[in-house]
Amino acid sequence: MTQLVLYNVFNGLIIGAFYALMALGLSLILNLSGVINFAHGGFLAIGAYLAYTLMPYLGFWGALAVAPVLTAALGVLVERLLIRRVYGRDPLYSLLLTFGLAFILQDGARIIWGPETQPFAVPGWLSNSLSSEFFFLTGYRLFMVALATVTVIALFAVLRWSRLGMRIRAGVRDLETVSALGVNVGRLRSLNFALGIYLAGLAGVLAAGMLGLQPTIGNDLIMPSFVAIIIGGLGSLPGTLVGGLLIGVASGVTTVFFPSASEAVIYALMALVLLVRPRGLFGEEGRLQ
Amino acid sequence: MSVSTQASSKLSYAIGRRTVLKAGLAAGAMQFTGPFIVKALGEEPIKIGLADPFTGTYAELGKHEQIGCQFAVDEINKKGGILGRPVTLISEDSTSTDTGVAVQKGHLLIDRDKVNFLLGNVNSAMALALGDLSSRAGVLHIVTGGHTDAVTGSDCHWNVFRVCNTTRMETDAVSKLLFEKYGKRWYFITPDYAFGHTLQSGFEANLKKFGGTVAGASLAPLGTTDFSSYLIQAEAAKPDVILFLTAGEDAVNSLKQAVQFGLDKKFHIAGAQQELEVLEGLPPDARIGTWVFEWYWVQPKVPQVADFVAAIRKVNDGKVPTARHWFGYASVWTCALIANQLKTLDAKKLAKGLENFTLPPEVALMPDRVFYRAGDNQLMPDLYVGHAVPHGPEPEDLFVVDDVVKGADVALPVDQTGCHLTFPA
Amino acid sequence: MIVGRNWRLAANALIWLVLLTAPLWLNAVGGYTQLGTLVLVMALAATALNFLLGYTGVLSFGHAAYFGLGAYGAGLTIKYLVPDTLLGMLVGVAAAVVAAAIVGRLIVHLRGIYFAMVTIAFGQIFYFIAFRWNNVTGGDDGLSNWSRMPINLGIDKLDILDSPTTFYYFVLFFFALSLAVMAWTLRSPFGRTLVAIRENERRARFLGVPVDAHIWLSWMISCTFAGLAGALYALLNNFADPHVLHWEQSGEFVIMAVLGGMRSFWGPLVGAAIFVLLQEYVSSMTENWMSFIGLFFVVIVLFFPNGVLGIVSRA
Repeated sequence: MTQLVLYNVFNGLIIGAFYALMALGLSLILNLSGVINFAHGGFLAIGAYLAYTLMPYLGFWGALAVAPVLTAALGVLVERLLIRRVYGRDPLYSLLLTFGLAFILQDGARIIWGPETQPFAVPGWLSNSLSSEFFFLTGYRLFMVALATVTVIALFAVLRWSRLGMRIRAGVRDLETVSALGVNVGRLRSLNFALGIYLAGLAGVLAAGMLGLQPTIGNDLIMPSFVAIIIGGLGSLPGTLVGGLLIGVASGVTTVFFPSASEAVIYALMALVLLVRPRGLFGEEGRLQ
Repeated sequence: MSVSTQASSKLSYAIGRRTVLKAGLAAGAMQFTGPFIVKALGEEPIKIGLADPFTGTYAELGKHEQIGCQFAVDEINKKGGILGRPVTLISEDSTSTDTGVAVQKGHLLIDRDKVNFLLGNVNSAMALALGDLSSRAGVLHIVTGGHTDAVTGSDCHWNVFRVCNTTRMETDAVSKLLFEKYGKRWYFITPDYAFGHTLQSGFEANLKKFGGTVAGASLAPLGTTDFSSYLIQAEAAKPDVILFLTAGEDAVNSLKQAVQFGLDKKFHIAGAQQELEVLEGLPPDARIGTWVFEWYWVQPKVPQVADFVAAIRKVNDGKVPTARHWFGYASVWTCALIANQLKTLDAKKLAKGLENFTLPPEVALMPDRVFYRAGDNQLMPDLYVGHAVPHGPEPEDLFVVDDVVKGADVALPVDQTGCHLTFPA
Repeated sequence: MIVGRNWRLAANALIWLVLLTAPLWLNAVGGYTQLGTLVLVMALAATALNFLLGYTGVLSFGHAAYFGLGAYGAGLTIKYLVPDTLLGMLVGVAAAVVAAAIVGRLIVHLRGIYFAMVTIAFGQIFYFIAFRWNNVTGGDDGLSNWSRMPINLGIDKLDILDSPTTFYYFVLFFFALSLAVMAWTLRSPFGRTLVAIRENERRARFLGVPVDAHIWLSWMISCTFAGLAGALYALLNNFADPHVLHWEQSGEFVIMAVLGGMRSFWGPLVGAAIFVLLQEYVSSMTENWMSFIGLFFVVIVLFFPNGVLGIVSRA
């Protein structure tokens, strides 16, 4: 039994890393622009499908490199045309706008690539397990964790040390002052959005390796991402990271004892956090009040 | 915090809004002329209504059923239609998960479009809900691809017939082979809904009969994306066979992950129902295992199949028909055949006439006699037991049929299905 | 002033006339009675939500939970306990009320996005309970093989089962009753206080208004009628399935309220009518209806944030 639990903790961290990747993108967008991007799952799907289309030409690694960038470009387009117009308005409107956008992206994928599940194969040498004992540690999953880790470190590095990152962080605190200091806020928001969507696209390529590639591939991932953000705390990226890992582990361990509750448990956790400590584990007091 | 209304820049928004409003009204008006068009007096067509998912997770399956239906309608019209009248297929999207919409579409087809026959649904819950609706309305209803046993079991109706198999038929078709060839300890990966449960209990009943043991079972919520915890449990139980009772996306995910874990090298992978759509959605290295197909396109012993395949390819983007196409095809033809035979559209007479009704070979497309069983209205087709292969002699030939089992031999007797058909006065 | 009041009376009269005569003309315009009943049910749910959203200024994105509890309450009662329609409705509403009371107590101190997210969270919890508790709720297969029962009025029987018209008027009766109660409440001092809270919560607090208590009460009223709408929805379909509890369903109620106009009492009815009819007809016309609906959401948010009735009142 303990071995089973341990395996599930291990496994939960792997899945959690994936949730965290999704949630971080969502968090970036939410923190700076106050927009709740319900369409994040849709961008994930587009990223996956773009990778699928590019694979015959660029191979898996090429597709992995290029698809998220293309998805981010699409994100910038969407931000300029649509999202921009709900800045500063009640979150209700960004919710509804991105809700509608999610429909468009999902149906768009179905129209372009068809409703069939497309076979997405990862490179053979990644597909094997590390050992017979730890058979669930496949090369692919470890690669996913490694990539997620590298990406998160890179993200934090960019935020901490680059000019863009500094501006984003400043903007999260006080966008007005940043603007008064001469920074092009419109461009900042676009870049920030692109960054968030890049992460969604990347998550999409990774997801396609594990799951069936269908237009609905992003649907079930949007809610756990929100939960991760709430548990970790709005406005805190490290919090989002921890939140993602936490729900991965919680979900995994629950499957051992009470599989029926494996999804409900993350919502129960979220409700608990909201009631006991509404700002989340690492959140700051008074955000989005 | 209050929901505030935005004080908008009157000039720019006003212009934008008016244009959009005008365009919208124009588009809306165009749509609305549909129902107003007076039907040409003369040949009132026979209407067959299909309520199936064309969006969402079952979109592929619904679409394939629809293509099969439409193809049958075209064939029927070439042969003179039903009772000399042309046939039209009215398709409505039931969505994949919102049963409220499915019921709504049922009402649309029955109350507004006044269809003579109702077909559908892939989704078991919707098949049940539609069956309830159609029996109240007294419309002949053929369930194309909804597998839950209740459709021709505890929730059966006099007017509801089903083409696809019950879960018990599927489990009983493949159990003997699995037991004799691969071993007696079985582990189940069961999707946690009626379909999964009945598959599992069917297998367990067979296992008991043969003297095997249930090594364990993992109930995975429907729509699970990550099966790793369940696969970990399965591995720990060290069975002979791991049975994947999953369908659709769950099947793709679970098999993909099982192969990534290398479980196919340690244990035999098998299950009951499998579909070509799933195998085509898997990467080649995950196309493994012993399964039951409900119809397959490579049948050298049945001459009519090749023609059917060639004809469907023309309307299906060059791809071969799957069992789903056949479900739609057989369902529509059933309506035409029985109506033309009895020379009536009266649902009660047609339903009575379908008892023990045999499908002709060019519709059945199977080696043995295919008929609707009296007592539960369940079609008794053949079941194809075989194994998946990564690549076949032809691009879409991903399944090798090892044995063809007669449905009538493996179905539960009527008195054990829980079905009690009562005809209205 | 007088003109304004007359206009409003005329509008009210017109709307009730349309609703009362619907079964007579629906078939002629390519509709059917059941569609009208669906619009009423959805309008009731959207109006209930708008009580909270448009009038109190509180965003609940999880109202489907109470809608769904109403549906399952009614269905489970009729299928397993007593095959009585009114009892089923009562149990459905009671279930919604109890859940709302408990949840409301817990979340009433939250605001804004936190409030919205926690309503989603609780909604999803109920969704997964219905989804997993197969033995009771039927799980993914849903609660089937039951139906609304004709009502015995002593002298006569109200055949709401086989007569769609009778059922329409049955639903219209409860719709009218609910709307009357909500309208009366909004016009009362309590209702005025809610609007004050919406406009400026801090100021209301400074004036000594017990804000949390008011919000809780508004929440309770809103969820009760959402539960009633849910019970009627289950009766309409003779079916209940987990989707009625999903956040997507909640989102639809919000869009109906916004589409029609959050600031207007009839807004949700207009929004529900447009949304239901749009979805019905667009999905019949094309397989790509999802794109159109999505586009529709986008257009509403960008160009008609005050909703249809917002445009009308501007004119």
